[in-house]
Amino acid sequence: MSRDLSPRTKLVLYGALLVLAVPFVFPTWWMVTSSLKPVADIFAFPPQLLPVDPRLDAYHRVFDLQPFGQQYLNSLYIALVVTVGTLAVAALAGYAFARIRFRGQNVLFLVVLAGLLIPSEVTIVPLFQMFFRLGLIDTHWPLILVPILGAPSVLATFIMRQFFLALPGELEEAARVDGLGRFATFWRIALPLSRPALGAVAIFTFLHSWNLYLEPIVFLSTPEKFTLPQALTQFVDAYGGPMWDVQLAAASMTALPVLVVFVIAQKQFVEGLAHTGLKG
Amino acid sequence: MTRTDTGVDPATAGSTPDRTRPFWTGRRRDHLTGYLFIAPQLLGSAVFVILPLVLVVWYSLHEWNVLAGTFDFVGTDNYVALADDPNLGAVLRATGFFSVGLVVFNLALALLLAVMLNQKLRGTIVFRTLFFSPVVVSLVAWTIVWGFLLQDNGGVNGLLDTIGVDGPNWLRGEATAMLSVVVVQVFKNVGLNMVLFLAALQGVPAELYEAAEVDGASRLRQFWRITVPLISPTILLTSIITVVGSLQVFAQIAVLTQGGPGTSTTVLVYYLYQQAFQFHHFGYGATLSIVLFGIVLALTVAQWQMRKRWVFHES
Repeated sequence: MSRDLSPRTKLVLYGALLVLAVPFVFPTWWMVTSSLKPVADIFAFPPQLLPVDPRLDAYHRVFDLQPFGQQYLNSLYIALVVTVGTLAVAALAGYAFARIRFRGQNVLFLVVLAGLLIPSEVTIVPLFQMFFRLGLIDTHWPLILVPILGAPSVLATFIMRQFFLALPGELEEAARVDGLGRFATFWRIALPLSRPALGAVAIFTFLHSWNLYLEPIVFLSTPEKFTLPQALTQFVDAYGGPMWDVQLAAASMTALPVLVVFVIAQKQFVEGLAHTGLKG
Repeated sequence: MTRTDTGVDPATAGSTPDRTRPFWTGRRRDHLTGYLFIAPQLLGSAVFVILPLVLVVWYSLHEWNVLAGTFDFVGTDNYVALADDPNLGAVLRATGFFSVGLVVFNLALALLLAVMLNQKLRGTIVFRTLFFSPVVVSLVAWTIVWGFLLQDNGGVNGLLDTIGVDGPNWLRGEATAMLSVVVVQVFKNVGLNMVLFLAALQGVPAELYEAAEVDGASRLRQFWRITVPLISPTILLTSIITVVGSLQVFAQIAVLTQGGPGTSTTVLVYYLYQQAFQFHHFGYGATLSIVLFGIVLALTVAQWQMRKRWVFHES
């Protein structure tokens, strides 16, 4: 649709877009600005769009009330390990399903694909019992092993397969003639070419791990081992009411880094996710 | 997506035996390499997907007491309890409300935003970034902020007050709690569907619109007769992703409403979590897991059946 618009239509469109943008932008703005206000000002009326008397008190208390630095590191390292692990597992499997021919290939692909149909919530009870019997409750193992090897990586494998299917065969043929083995062909030819797909898979895998909430609260019980989403909901007073300034400061620290990376690299983010082979 | 398996490597299709390795001919080696490459994924699927799926059926026939260390076979007791559960109706209703509300609002808004951003307009990249940005904000952080905004004396009612409207206590009212959860979730993730729709819209050939214009078709008519049919595969795909995703909603409920008021926002996964991990009824939790799986399966099958009827073409 590349038809020119009249100035009036343009004005209406801009107006509508600006109004629509409010619920997308305002919450983040309100989160960050409120985290800088003293509690009394948080509910001030009329609302203060900018903090009158900005202070970092709440940010200090975040670290006093919980081992927040440790929790931050937990989330970060778990998400990174899961991302690298998923890329490895999914790239290998996706490549084999797309470009190597072996007996039982289609049946095995269907077996793997079944994981897409089974939300991890369905298997959370047996997974809890399995890890309980292995003595791995209150460790990070379930949060690392299940995403890398289980249902969440199936989508990654599917996306990688779709991408490898579309690669021209001549390149590999040439590599073969040059005497490269299967793994070398994969590692040195196919993998470098699949950077867009790897990027997209990396982004959504990282975000998925970073956002995980049900699994951490089921598997972890020691505050030092908590991940960020889980830690965020623990800033409550003696009566169970949320300590808003502290919660919002912690939430800002959780949300802002990813948001900043996104704004810098938004083109890669959006296009990566749009071109993951998910396009109908 | 419907591409058939053309991934056969031409180099190996007619491979000749490797003289230095009489047994491991190229073909045999390929089989082995294939198995080795898929081994981690296959093993992972077996241990963390297939096995738990089988076990969930087994566990639904048992009652497990972690503290006492007992694991007793109870037969169909959990299923009888399911049939007698006075909450089940409310839970399924809440789950249905959430899914339908989410899919309708999400797809409609995503399509509206995509169409608007697909116009010849400066600054669409900026707006695209704004609408997409909540996708990358941590889910619980986003939900906490909305919980803050939706309080009785929170930002939303403050905003309404400035135009003279007395807003309700959104998260504490039976009628408004579920609506609030849906809206919070729509703004969080609608950017994802918007991007998929934008990609699809860009694939609609401009000549079709030009031809329609010549025929005197209105913009609205063009939208229904050209745009919608041509992007229908994407509509189907996003609706499947959104429905299955809607059944998995948990953190939003846990943070915003804890299933309340009453059971008005107790969706299936939240109920499953309460039963298994708060009340330690693991056997009953497993039974509810099977209900969840049944619903996901039925919906996915139904959607693939629908594809035949209303998807215009498949790429």
